[in-house]
Amino acid sequence: MLSRTADHLFWMSRYVERAENLARLLDVTWQMSMVPQSLEAANQNWNAVIVLNSLEEAYARKYSEVNADNVLRFMVSDPDNHASLFSCLRMGRENAHAVRGTITAEMWETLNATWLELRGQSYEQLTANGPGDFFEWVKTKSSLIRGVTLGTMLQDEAYNFIRLGTLLERADNTARILDVKYHVLKPQEDDSSTDFYQWGALLRSVSAFEVYRKTYRSSFSSERVAELLILHPDMPRSLLFCLKGVLKNLELLANSQSRETQRLAGQLHSEIRYARIDDILRLGLHEYLSNFMDRIYDLGNRISCDFLVSQQEIA
Amino acid sequence: MAAYYNEMHEADGSVRPHYRRYEEWLNTTSPERIARKRAEGDLAFRRVGITFAVYGEESGKERLIPFDIIPRIIPAQEWSGMADGLRQRVKALNAFLHDIYHDQEILKAGRLPREQVINNGQYRPEMQGVDVPGQIYAHIAGVDVVRAGAGEFYVLEDNLRVPSGVSYMIEDRKMMMRLFPELFAKHKVAPVQHYPDLLLDNLRAVAPQGLSDPTCVVLTPGAYNSAYFEHTFLAQQMGVELVEGRDLFVSDDTVYMRTTQGPKRVDVIYRRVDDDFLDPEAFRADSMLGVPGLLRAYKAGRVTLANAIGTGVADDKSIYPYVPEMIRFYLGEEPILNNVPTYMCRKPEDLKYVLAHLPELVVKEVHGAGGYGMLVGPASTKEEIERFRKLLEAKPEGYIAQPTLALSNCPTFVESGVAPRHLDLRPFVLSGNGIQMVPGGLTRVALREGSLVVNSSQGGGTKDTWVLED
Repeated sequence: MLSRTADHLFWMSRYVERAENLARLLDVTWQMSMVPQSLEAANQNWNAVIVLNSLEEAYARKYSEVNADNVLRFMVSDPDNHASLFSCLRMGRENAHAVRGTITAEMWETLNATWLELRGQSYEQLTANGPGDFFEWVKTKSSLIRGVTLGTMLQDEAYNFIRLGTLLERADNTARILDVKYHVLKPQEDDSSTDFYQWGALLRSVSAFEVYRKTYRSSFSSERVAELLILHPDMPRSLLFCLKGVLKNLELLANSQSRETQRLAGQLHSEIRYARIDDILRLGLHEYLSNFMDRIYDLGNRISCDFLVSQQEIA
Repeated sequence: MAAYYNEMHEADGSVRPHYRRYEEWLNTTSPERIARKRAEGDLAFRRVGITFAVYGEESGKERLIPFDIIPRIIPAQEWSGMADGLRQRVKALNAFLHDIYHDQEILKAGRLPREQVINNGQYRPEMQGVDVPGQIYAHIAGVDVVRAGAGEFYVLEDNLRVPSGVSYMIEDRKMMMRLFPELFAKHKVAPVQHYPDLLLDNLRAVAPQGLSDPTCVVLTPGAYNSAYFEHTFLAQQMGVELVEGRDLFVSDDTVYMRTTQGPKRVDVIYRRVDDDFLDPEAFRADSMLGVPGLLRAYKAGRVTLANAIGTGVADDKSIYPYVPEMIRFYLGEEPILNNVPTYMCRKPEDLKYVLAHLPELVVKEVHGAGGYGMLVGPASTKEEIERFRKLLEAKPEGYIAQPTLALSNCPTFVESGVAPRHLDLRPFVLSGNGIQMVPGGLTRVALREGSLVVNSSQGGGTKDTWVLED
């Protein structure tokens, strides 16, 4: 397969996955904001969305105040914000457009139809029934795109690059959500009922509320939430699950120059697989997750060099 | 009205035999059903993203080419005559290109003025003496044919560089079959969907010598090109890679593509990039679309380009008047298809005539394409005519003029209902493994009342083209 084609497939899936995770995060923040709390606490949650995406500077250029309305406008439909839902879906579609001959007609039509429904709509139009409906729409579209991919695509190299992009992006996004929310939540751990809702919302943002109940059959604790999102082998949004998939797809794609990348992915996977949550928390969750995100970032770069934009020579 | 040949109706208003069944169906189908089907067609075209970008409009804007559900029907016998004419013409054009880039017999024989060829901007001296597989230069020709006057066919342009539109031919057929399957049960319509197979067959046939299983690719300028949909479509249908210039590189006079498994050799390039942009080392140095060193590999016979470099010298409007002469010279035959009488403004006597008759003539830029930069005298205002008069006086060699042809028309759905609109036909003629084509081609229709310009960039639409088998 052409390196450029693989690059477009990889980024197409990353942007769609990013849009979905952002919709999940915004949705959960929106729901959390309805739990009775001080204005300050509410705005702190909205600020976390900006911090999570490293958008402090870009945001400050447009808005002086952090509040629900501003953050939602910025993250939902602002075309100047490269990380907004609008931008992610636009980039997903643009990458798909460049490889529409490689993906199936159904995949292209689903991505293109999503974009056609989105473009040209104002923030007011998009959120006419409340932002919740719009986030639901984004999640549904992402699910649809993933479903069409699974249901129609030949499981060849192209498919492996799509899965690689999806899982790498998701690993990063889950780590980010956990990192930021854990900080907001941790100090109030043995506090009141707010806590239940806050942890519940975090789990829901990664579709893990029911999984938590099923796995632990007990009330929420920060330790168990962290354990679930990092170490659970079968929860589709956990770090271990994502890394398992990254490793598998990398092995299927291996070429003559990707050995080091595979080794690093395998090492990271093993470390998580044999880790214990006590050790992670003792080291410090924030440090642990920062290190994890750095390594995911490095893997992304290495995949680019090995497969996607490599300067190839005749041996 | 009576001045134009109508594809569906005789001069007395009765329906021509090959349209009778369709007309009957149209009369007995409710307007609501038709309206619903037309809307369904529009929606499907948009969803699939069969769009094209229009130069000069807001960047990235994509427009649908309007699709009309009344087909253009051609009886088998008429088509077979036209096909013979097309084969003859393309054969002669390829012979001309080989000759011009080798011994130039036609110039030595004085059948065509030497300076017309050698000073032509489309003539590529780099190609002099270069041998190409099968002596074929124009592997894909999109010959524009119109019907005029009492019904005879004329060739308007030969289009031997990178003719486009074939994807619309195929998508229009798919759409008609999806919307109105019952019509295909009632008519024996010759199929066209195997065009990509024929194309691949012809591309493989012209691979560099000694290759039994050549690797073919489609080279596109990229996603922002107006015909990008077609490039992806053809690559996908043929099952070959769609590459951009940056995906290819030349090493040791061999072309490779960059793949996830390392470099892979490329043997045949169906390129949809103009000559000027193909190789920054040889042509325009500022081209970001090309492949440095491609011309070297090509001249070394290590890769085949379809179409060849330098075909523009044969479809240039200033060479067009000589095509009948080429047919006589190379094939010893009389041309089957008519050429439109052409005034070459570089000749003083022709220029004088043209300036005196501007309101009746069509004036075209010699190197123009896409319906840009042309004057249709009878449909133009005094100001437009005067503007062209100045252009002609300033640079007469840049223009040719032709009598305004009374293009045939065909009933077409327009806002006010069904009304006749002018049309042309672009059959796609493939050379490589003999000369092959699918029956019919792309019918383009001018949607504005009275307009004779059918180009999609000028608001033209398309129709499905049916060659009816007997």
